[in-house]
Amino acid sequence: MSLYSQKVIDHFANPRNVGTMENPDGVGEVGNITCGDIMRIYIKVDENERISDIKFQTFGCGAAVATSSITTEMVKGMTLDEAMKVTNKDVADALDGLPPVKMHCSNLAAEALQAAIKDYRERVSDNS
Amino acid sequence: MRSVYLDHAATTPVHPEVIAAMLRYFNPLYGNASSVHSFGRDARMAIDNAREIVAKAMGAQPNEIFFTSGGTESDNIAIIGTALARQAKGRHIITTAIEHHAVLNACAYLEKQGFEVTYLPVDAYGLVNPSDVNAAIRPDTILISIGHANNEVGTIQPLAEIGAIAKAHKVLLHTDAVQSFGSIPVDVNDLQVDLLSLSGHKIYGPKGIGALYVRRGARPQAIQFGGGQERKLRPGTENVPGIVGLAKAVELAMQEREERNEHISRLRDKLIAGLLTVPEVTLNGHPEQRLPGNVNISVKYVEGESLILSLDLKGIAVSSGSACTSGSLDPSHVLTAMGLSHEEAHGSLRLTLGRDNTEADIDYVLEVFPEIVDRLRAMSPLYNKLDREE
Ligand SMILES: Cc1ncc(COP(=O)(O)O)c(C=O)c1O
Ligand code: FES
Repeated sequence: MSLYSQKVIDHFANPRNVGTMENPDGVGEVGNITCGDIMRIYIKVDENERISDIKFQTFGCGAAVATSSITTEMVKGMTLDEAMKVTNKDVADALDGLPPVKMHCSNLAAEALQAAIKDYRERVSDNS
Repeated sequence: MRSVYLDHAATTPVHPEVIAAMLRYFNPLYGNASSVHSFGRDARMAIDNAREIVAKAMGAQPNEIFFTSGGTESDNIAIIGTALARQAKGRHIITTAIEHHAVLNACAYLEKQGFEVTYLPVDAYGLVNPSDVNAAIRPDTILISIGHANNEVGTIQPLAEIGAIAKAHKVLLHTDAVQSFGSIPVDVNDLQVDLLSLSGHKIYGPKGIGALYVRRGARPQAIQFGGGQERKLRPGTENVPGIVGLAKAVELAMQEREERNEHISRLRDKLIAGLLTVPEVTLNGHPEQRLPGNVNISVKYVEGESLILSLDLKGIAVSSGSACTSGSLDPSHVLTAMGLSHEEAHGSLRLTLGRDNTEADIDYVLEVFPEIVDRLRAMSPLYNKLDREE
């Protein structure tokens, strides 16, 4: 298992915030079954526009699971604006790096999160 | 933690008797087989003896066996060397969509050099249809290269039938027997092959050693240049310990084959039966025409690499045809050629058994596998448990 850092393995073996959510405020799904990677992120947003709860589901490799897990951990409690700024590099760094062939997996988590925030903002503007 | 190795198609542990046979040829019998003195003569005798053992195991003559650095090199010499030797007769080659990359990439190289390659399809079990081979042969066809048994799904091809077709058309037939040789009977005359590749490390021998069988009259052109070793087809100082180790591995495989296969295929059947009790797990490959040690399954809604990692965390070593393990975005070319969807290929797992596996190994795998699948499915956006329970 030398391909992955200890941290990746830890998040893969014990993923944080995995699962679905009832009545989420925003849902983001990215990926494509053709290339195999699918990620879905659910968020709950409080009155201060902070992410109060977050859950993810991933169909993907070890890196995909680990990046989803650590992303949810990193952004929980952040404002939406802060969370929008999280990059795939931040995610990879937080995992003590990813092998080069696995860097694309870390894009997914950041993109799914951004899609969930976008979904939330669209819902809010539709209701106003 | 328990450690269970189920990746024998990737490589095997070296048999203790093989190691014992090799050691003397590092020291004191370290001579160069080209030398005239006694050190050289000892090495030469060891190589001659090894050549006889390997030849006998496949019904060939010793002067038809050439030692190489492994399966990859044997495939390259057979394919590129034959193309170079026969290009005046034609520049068309036939192979299949499910070959090992050592064959496929040698063919891709030849395509860049202006050769034409036909890639035959396979059916849902991974079988090549001999009549497709017959139909693909043209006046300018110089070589057919079809693997004897597939390394991913273990499907065994009807090679003797294909051999008869090749012979009738006077086209050379090469087979990559890296996965089959030593495991199932391989006789160059029964199969009517002209060239055959094998490798040491798949049969409890060392890595970095293999052989190419070349039927008399089918000699490829050399693709490497140097001294006169291996009758100039594969120049370079012979890997004497490797050659001795390969021969010992072959000898043991011939002696123990039936006993090994009885043990391995019994465990394999138990493993398959147990894995298939998990819902939406399917077997890939042929139910009967399959290598004794091969199990290949697709686990729906779950990605292959995450299965490998999860099993590894439990001490179980397996492999996958998933895109995520290949470093490209494409899942296994073998499984997709068999008509599996990307999703099915992506969630594939290969477990290959060997002589060292025990009943307890299989019990342990069957104990942890369902939990792992449950955990990964719970994580998968493709699998909605609530929908299923309704
Ligand atoms: C079918 C097949 N051909 C060729 C090879 C390559 O053999 P080697 O590793 O000895 O180069 C392998 C093993 O990786 C194989 O399974
Ligand atoms: S999810 Fe396929 S490589 Fe990471």
